[in-house]
Amino acid sequence: MNTTITKNTDFTKGEKLSRLFWKRFRKNKLAVSGALMVLFLFGVAIFAPWLAPYDPGQINVKKVLEGPSMEHPFGTDQLGRDVLSRMIYGSRISLLVGFVSVGIACLVGVFLGALAGYYGHWVDNLLMRLVDIMLCFPTFFLILAVIAFLEPSIWNIMIVIGLTGWMSVARLVRAEFLSLKERDFTLAEKALGAKDWRIIFQHILPNALAPVLVAATLGVAGAILTESALSFLGIGVQPPTPSWGNILTAGKDNIQIAWWLSLFPGLAILLTVMAYNLLGEGIRDAIDPRLK
Amino acid sequence: MGIYLLKRIFLLIPLFIGITIISFAVIHLAPGSPIDLATDLNPKATAEVKARMRALYGLDKPLPIQYWRWLSRLVVLDFGRSFSQDGRLVIDKIKERLPVTIFINLTSLLLILAVAIPLGVLSATYRHSFFDKATTVFVFIGFAMPTFWLALLLMILFGVHLGWLPISGLKSLNYEYLPPAAQIWDRISHLILPIFISAFGGLAGMSRYMRSNMLEVIRQDYIITARAKGLSNRQVIFKHALRNALLPVITILGLSIPGLIGGSVIFETIFAIPGMGQLFYASVMARDYPTIMGMLVIGAILTLLGNLIADVSYALADPRIRSL
Repeated sequence: MNTTITKNTDFTKGEKLSRLFWKRFRKNKLAVSGALMVLFLFGVAIFAPWLAPYDPGQINVKKVLEGPSMEHPFGTDQLGRDVLSRMIYGSRISLLVGFVSVGIACLVGVFLGALAGYYGHWVDNLLMRLVDIMLCFPTFFLILAVIAFLEPSIWNIMIVIGLTGWMSVARLVRAEFLSLKERDFTLAEKALGAKDWRIIFQHILPNALAPVLVAATLGVAGAILTESALSFLGIGVQPPTPSWGNILTAGKDNIQIAWWLSLFPGLAILLTVMAYNLLGEGIRDAIDPRLK
Repeated sequence: MGIYLLKRIFLLIPLFIGITIISFAVIHLAPGSPIDLATDLNPKATAEVKARMRALYGLDKPLPIQYWRWLSRLVVLDFGRSFSQDGRLVIDKIKERLPVTIFINLTSLLLILAVAIPLGVLSATYRHSFFDKATTVFVFIGFAMPTFWLALLLMILFGVHLGWLPISGLKSLNYEYLPPAAQIWDRISHLILPIFISAFGGLAGMSRYMRSNMLEVIRQDYIITARAKGLSNRQVIFKHALRNALLPVITILGLSIPGLIGGSVIFETIFAIPGMGQLFYASVMARDYPTIMGMLVIGAILTLLGNLIADVSYALADPRIRSL
C-alpha cells in the first residue's frame, strides 16, 4: 500500500507500466475471477452451436413447461424448447449488445470529450451543456421513446443504448484532456507545428484512454442490464431470437407454475453483470491504486 | 442566498430549451409522420383527410415554425390529445398518474436514506470488519441485480409460494367491502414489494457512496482534533464526521431522480401499478406519440426541478457554496 508510484515516473518506462499493471491486477482475486468469468462467457458465446445440447428454436409440444431434469437441466419453456440451449445462444445477444453499444458510446464520448477538453471556451461550454441536457432525461424514458418511433430490433437497441450512454465517457475524456493539454509533450508538439487533430488523436488521446477502458468495462455491464430489461418488457430483442431478457418474459407469464424459467436466465444476467463490474473495478485499481 | 437562487434559476433556461429541442428531435425521428401512423389502419383516411390532419397539427409548416408552435403550447402544459381510443388531453392523463409514481419514488428515496446511511457509516467506521465485508458483498450484488428479475423472484416467493403479499395493482378487488383496518393493510401490502424493488437499485449505490464519503471525512484534520480533545468515538463519528459526510448526499439524491423515474417503468409494469411508468410503457406499445412526448418532457423537467432543489438545499446546508 505504501509504494505509491506517481504517473510521471511510470510513463517514461512504457514497457514496465504494463507489467506493473499485470502484477497489481493478478493480486486482486476478485478482479481475476471477474476476468475468468468474462472469458468463459466469450467461450460460451463463440462455441454456442457445439455447447448447446438442443437446437434453441426446436419446438416440442410433448415437453411444454417441464421442470429441470437430466434431459433438460434448466427445464423447458412454454413451447417445449430447451432453456439451457436458449440461454447459451442468448449469451451471444448479451455480448453483442454489450460491446456494440458501449463501442458507440465510447466513440461519441471520446470524440466530443476530446473536442471539449482540447478546444475549451465555447466548444467546451456548448458540449458540456449538451451533456447536462442529456443527463436530465430519465435514460429509460429516452430509450423507450426512441424505440417507439423506430422498430424494436437488436440493432436499434444497440444504437439507442449507445447514444444515451456517452455522457460519462465525454466528461472523463474532457477532464483528462484539460490536464494533458498543458503538459510539456503537448506544448512541444505544438511548438513543432503539429496539426490539432494529430495532437489530439496521436499524442493526447492514447494517454487519456485508461479511464475510458474502465468506464467501458463497467458500461458493458450497464448495457447488458438495459438490454435485458428492454427485452423483458417486450421492446428489445424480439422472439424467437433467444435473449436472457425475453426468456424471463415467459417466466413472468408462467410465474405460477414454472419457477425455472425465471430463476436461471436472471442468475445468468446477475453473474455476467457482476463479472464485468469486478473486471472494471479491478482494472481501475490496477491502473491507479490511489483511486481505491 | 437570493442572488444564488436567481443565478441557478437563470441557468435552467438554456437547459430547458435544450430539453425541448432534443424531445422535438425525437418526435421527428419517426419514419413518415405521426399522421401516417395514426391513420394507417383506418381505411377511411384518404390522402385529402391526411392533408387536412397534417394542416391541423401544423405538420405542413417548416421545422423551426413547428418547433416554435410546439414550444409555445408546451409552456402552458398543452401537449395535445392522446392518440388512444379515449382521445383525452395528455396533460390530464399524466396528472392522474403522477401522484402514485411520486409517492412511491419519494417513499423509496426515504427507505434508501434510512438504510444506506447507517450501512455506509458503520462499514466505514468498522473498516475491514466482517460487517464491512458483508456490506461490500451486498453492494456488489445490488449493482449487478436486474431489478425486474428480483421483482419476479419476490413475486414467486411472497406472492405464489407463501401467499403473504399481493402481486399486482394498488388494492384488492374486494377493497370496498373490507373493514377499515383491513383496508389500510390492503393498501400497504400492495406497496411493500414495489417500494422495495424501486429502492433496491439505489440502496447499493448510496451505501457505497456513503462509505467512501465517510472514509474521506474520517481522515480530515478536524476529526483528528476531535479525537485529540478526548471525545468519545460515538461523538466523533456521529457529531463531527457524519454531518460532513452527509452533505454530498444531497447532490446524489438530486442525481438519482432520473434513474428513479425511469425505473418506475419497470416496476409499475411488473406490478400493474397505474403510475407514470406504466402509462409510458402503454403509450410506447400503442405508439401514442403525444403522450410519449409529453411524458418525456415532464420527466426531464422533474429531473431539472429535482436538481434545482438539491442545489438549493446544498447551498442552505453549506454556506461555502452560496458565495460562488
